[in-house]
Amino acid sequence: MSELSVKHLLGIKYLKETDIQLIFETANHFKEVINRSIKKVPSLRDITIANIFFENSTRTKLSFELAEKRLSADVLNFSASQSSVKKGETLIDTVNNILSMKVDMVVMRHPNPGAGIFLSKHVNASIVNAGDGAHEHPTQALLDSYSIRERLGDVAGKNVVIVGDILHSRVALSNIFALKLQGANVKVCGPKTLLPKHIESLGVGVETNLRKALEWCDVANMLRIQNERLDISYFPTTREYTQQFGVNKKLLDSLDKEIVIMHPGPINRGVEITSDVADSKQSIILNQVENGVAIRMAVIYLLASKIK
Amino acid sequence: MSQKVLLSSKEINIILHRLACQLLENHLNFENTVLIGIQPRGKFLAERLNKILKEEYKVKHIDLGFLDITFYRDDFRRGEKTLEATKTKIDFLIEDKNVVLIDDVLYTGRSINAALTALQSFGRPKDVELLCLIDRRFSRHLPIQPNYRGRQVDAINDEKVKVMWEENDGEDIIYLVNR
Repeated sequence: MSELSVKHLLGIKYLKETDIQLIFETANHFKEVINRSIKKVPSLRDITIANIFFENSTRTKLSFELAEKRLSADVLNFSASQSSVKKGETLIDTVNNILSMKVDMVVMRHPNPGAGIFLSKHVNASIVNAGDGAHEHPTQALLDSYSIRERLGDVAGKNVVIVGDILHSRVALSNIFALKLQGANVKVCGPKTLLPKHIESLGVGVETNLRKALEWCDVANMLRIQNERLDISYFPTTREYTQQFGVNKKLLDSLDKEIVIMHPGPINRGVEITSDVADSKQSIILNQVENGVAIRMAVIYLLASKIK
Repeated sequence: MSQKVLLSSKEINIILHRLACQLLENHLNFENTVLIGIQPRGKFLAERLNKILKEEYKVKHIDLGFLDITFYRDDFRRGEKTLEATKTKIDFLIEDKNVVLIDDVLYTGRSINAALTALQSFGRPKDVELLCLIDRRFSRHLPIQPNYRGRQVDAINDEKVKVMWEENDGEDIIYLVNR
C-alpha cells in the first residue's frame, strides 16, 4: 500500500485504516526532515497550493503554510475577510478564479459543514479540508492520533476521552472517526447540553462526570469552549463549567495513574485546563503542534502525488 | 522473463575486497571520510564495505550513514505509483568531509543527482565520490561517472540488473534479467 485511496482529504469518514497508517509512516520521514538543520525538500517544486480561509485561524493556517513551504510548493494565501466574497461572489466562482491561475491544490477552511465536499464536486483540484463548520477537521484528528501513537506506542486498545463542547466541535467528530477506525475506545464528556443527541450511535460512550471519565481513560483530549459558536446559553457560567469540567493538577494527582493530556489549541488557560496542567510533562500539547507540520506534509505529499 | 547470472557470490566477494582496498588507498584511516549508502539498496553494499574495512583491514572508526532520496527525486508524479520513502539515518555532520556515496547499480545517474541534492541538507562536503558495484555503461542521462566501480556491464534498456544480498535475499548474487 503506497497510495491513498482518496483524491481529496475531506474528512476522516472517507479514509480507510490503511490510509491512516500510510499517512503516519510518511509523516515519520517528514518528522526526521523537519528536525534537520535544513528543513526543506524539493518534492513539490512544481505544485501550487492555495490556502483559502473563510474563517479565522492562526495555528492551522501557519502549520499548513509551513508544511507546504517545507515541501517547496508555491503558496497562495487568501483570507475571506479581505476578498471579493464580501462583494457577493459565490464559493465556486471564488475558487475557480483562483484555479484559473493554475493552482493544483486547495486547502480550505469554511464555516459551513460540507463546504469542502461541495467544492470537490465542482472544481478540478485536490481539496484538503482544514475545518468545515462543526463537521470535520481531518488533519487535526490525524495529528492527535499520531501524537498518541508517539507517546503510548499504539492507538488500538487505548481509552480516550474527549472533554468539552462536543456539539459544536469538528475536532471531536474527526477524532471519534479516526480513533474508532484505529481500534481505540472513545468516550465523550461534557455538560449534557453540549453533547449531541444520539452520539452513542457512533460507537462512543457518554460520561457526564469528569472524574469518572478521567479514571477510565489513558488520554484526555480537552476541547475549548467555543464562545463564538454558542448561540444560546448552554451552561450557567464559565466558572461553573470550570468547576465541573475543568482539569487541574489536584484532580490529576488524585488519579491512581498518569494520563496523557491533549488540547487542539487555542487554550483558554484556567477554563478547560489550568496552566500547571498545560505546562506539565503529562501534557503533549506542543508535541501536537510539531507533529501537525509533519502530518500536513505527509497529507499534501501523498495527495500531490496523485495529481497528474 | 529470463535471467542470467552476472556475478556469483565468490566474484562479488573478490570485488568487495578490491573496492575496500581502493577506498583504503585513498582514505587511509577514514578520519575525515564518511560512507553514505543510498537507500534502499545501496545500504547493503555500504554495510558490507564497512564490515570488511573494520574486520579485515582494522579501520577503527568509520562514519556510516544511509540517505533516502525519495523527496529529492525528479520523477515525482511522473510514474504510476506514489514514491515510497525509506529511512534516512545520518547522525553526523558532513561539513568539510570527504563523502563516498554508495549505490549498487549506476544506471541513468538520476538517483545520484538526487542524492547530491539531498546531501546539501546535511552540510557542505569537501568533496564527494561515487562508488557503485555495477556500472551500466552507455545508459547515462546525466554527466555522472563513478570513482570506484565493481563491474562494468553493457545492458540494453529492456534488461534489468538485479542485485541480491545474503542478509536480505538469502544469497549474494547478481542477475541480468530480460524483461
